[in-house]
Amino acid sequence: MKLRIGAIADPGTSIVNRTGGWRSEKPLIDHSLCIRCFNCILYCPDSAVKYSEKEGIYFDYDFCKGCGICANECSGRAIYMVMEEK
Amino acid sequence: MGVYRFEGGDTVKNLFVSGHRACAGCGMAIAVKLILEAAGEDVIVVSPTGCLEIVSSPYPETSWRVPWIHSLFENAASVASGIEAGLKALGRKHEAKVLAIAGDGATADIGMGPLSGMFERGHDITYICYDNEAYMNTGVQRSSMTPPGASATTSPAGKVSFGEIHPKKDLASIAVAHGVGYVATASVGYGLDLMRKVRRAIDHDGPSFIHLHTSCCTGWRHPSSKTIEISRLAVLTGLWPLYEVVDGEITDVKRLPKRLPVEDYLKTQGRFSHLFRMEGGEEIIRRIQAIADANAERFGLDLEG
Amino acid sequence: MEVVEGSYAVAHAVKCCRPHVISAYPITPQTHIVENLAQFVADGELECEFVPVDSEHSAMSVALGASAVGARAYSASTSQGLALMWEVLYNVSGMRLPVVMTAVNRALSAPLSIWNDQQDTVGARDSGWIQIYVEDIQEAHDALIQAYRIAESREVMLPAMICMDGFILTHTYEPVVLAEQEETDDFLPPYDPEYYLTVERPLSFGCFAEPDKFMEFRYMQHEAMERARFKIKEVADEFERAFGRYYGDLIQGYNLDGAQIVLVTFGSIIGTMKEIVKHEKDVGILKIRSYRPFPVKEVREALKDARVVAVVEKDFSAGFEGALFSDVKAALYNHVSDLKLLGFVLGLGGRDIPPEDISKIIERSRVVMDQGLKEEWEFIGLRGEIL
Repeated sequence: MKLRIGAIADPGTSIVNRTGGWRSEKPLIDHSLCIRCFNCILYCPDSAVKYSEKEGIYFDYDFCKGCGICANECSGRAIYMVMEEK
Repeated sequence: MGVYRFEGGDTVKNLFVSGHRACAGCGMAIAVKLILEAAGEDVIVVSPTGCLEIVSSPYPETSWRVPWIHSLFENAASVASGIEAGLKALGRKHEAKVLAIAGDGATADIGMGPLSGMFERGHDITYICYDNEAYMNTGVQRSSMTPPGASATTSPAGKVSFGEIHPKKDLASIAVAHGVGYVATASVGYGLDLMRKVRRAIDHDGPSFIHLHTSCCTGWRHPSSKTIEISRLAVLTGLWPLYEVVDGEITDVKRLPKRLPVEDYLKTQGRFSHLFRMEGGEEIIRRIQAIADANAERFGLDLEG
Repeated sequence: MEVVEGSYAVAHAVKCCRPHVISAYPITPQTHIVENLAQFVADGELECEFVPVDSEHSAMSVALGASAVGARAYSASTSQGLALMWEVLYNVSGMRLPVVMTAVNRALSAPLSIWNDQQDTVGARDSGWIQIYVEDIQEAHDALIQAYRIAESREVMLPAMICMDGFILTHTYEPVVLAEQEETDDFLPPYDPEYYLTVERPLSFGCFAEPDKFMEFRYMQHEAMERARFKIKEVADEFERAFGRYYGDLIQGYNLDGAQIVLVTFGSIIGTMKEIVKHEKDVGILKIRSYRPFPVKEVREALKDARVVAVVEKDFSAGFEGALFSDVKAALYNHVSDLKLLGFVLGLGGRDIPPEDISKIIERSRVVMDQGLKEEWEFIGLRGEIL
């Protein structure tokens, strides 16, 4: 890719950087305990917690760095961390 | 004021995209995500040099989906002033609001003069200082916003030192003294409150200022999962009062049903751990408690009494 | 033609360029330029955002922000102010923003001196800005209009500073042809950048470059400077066609035909030199108009028949010699043989440059021509009795 003058970058391009590889622990969720407070989405530093009507809360492991904030802030204690298996 | 609530994935604007290089559990990254969620797409953002710029813009990658510019360390307020003046002169004022997001060093230390100028000249700019209380990007050196009792790499605790001794600058009061019409403190631990304040600041005509307390798990030395919890403890102990100042009048103070002792906050972080080990540490903790007590008095934090 | 102060002429030229944003911090002897601009705005003669900032660092930062959002930006400063801008100068050029400024030449403290020399802009030589040094007030006025055309052209996209001697040019009155608005509009199209900050296309400006790309960004600046050589020439020619005035392109020669001794210099000292040289049939003057990009080939060509070249300048690098002297020597090395080069530093901190000093330089050059080189460079006009 040719450089653009002034180091001007196109929007949102860091999406190619899969930070999931940083993870040593990964979040899992027990959907039966989820009360849909959405704290996990609100406070995820990496926008790696998602939600859909069908699946409920789910994690984008391509980007989740495994910080554990979602589990710590989970009102229903539905999210928990487990060691990442590599 | 609308109440912000994530109703599901579709409502998340995701303007600060994944793939940024912030540490796992970074409070600043959470804050920026929430700021943009509240601000929306019609903003031009200025960031000075610092963690935010470094984690978000290794060419050709950027995590920003709003127009964004980084120039230097001390000049975010001036660059923002130029952008705002340019928009006006080009007849594009309606296109976007100008938003500066800067760390505590860039704001309270090296960029204080430009910020004062920006306030004084009355530019229509929202300036948000995310305050993680040290120069984190260069390795946790003290800034003028490092709190008393904290150990930083240039104000380390040692055999004859309890670490930082100077009080934090009162940035909100500095902004108010400039006649800034909308001033607020916020905490990354209170995300919806932060978003509400960002929206108010942006909707305010003329300069507005938000002093945003944000944990840095790397510099404060706590587990990455505790970023939000510990940021909240600063509020709950009275060390970080949440309030707004509208046209010089303090409003919307977050009151505390039962204010917690400062130890509850201090003991969660490695940067204060020497206070619990060293002889005389309890005196420093008493002084920190006195800061919280003075805050409670000044802002009427305590619901009881 | 009107008799106006140099600063007024510059302010008038700026006004005709229709800048969107002007930001400046007052510093002697730049003040009259920005005062005049502020007055134009106050009188409704110039529609622009005039941002009176808290420092020169902020002045250039405001210009940077304005330029990045697609506005035409102007600033002016001098000496300490330019020094305080240093950091932003590199930033503006690296971000490829075509800001134009008038850099009034004044000595740098300490000791404090408000008077003229060229140490300030010569120090900014490597900041990635196009630097054009002007000879008189008319050229300061005209070069400003040319500067936007050069800087904003898509093949260049570099900032430009027009360097004019403080007091000597800013505070003196001369008859000047002031540009008409319409002819300036015809000559200078509106700024139309390819990239700018807008929500329509939310680009990121000011990303950082890892070691695998930084050199290439620097090289791209160098290539733009190389293209600027042609642009400066082209714009000088077009300006002549439009306005009927010409000051040279990258250089301008005076009495060079058959000259055995050539005085090389930049700035207002050329006026004094011309008075002396017109009585000397074998002495010419080479004006360095564009210091960056440096007119390497032009200098070689202009000096190829000379026997002695005397580089005269109001700056020096302590522990070495004058910067222009070093640059001229470097340009000639390997290309022009049998040529003796002498360097002369004079006029520092506003020291008068009487015609006798120029005559002395010519005498020294003649001695070298006849007897060979002894001293390579020296201060002229030093008061030995107080040392």
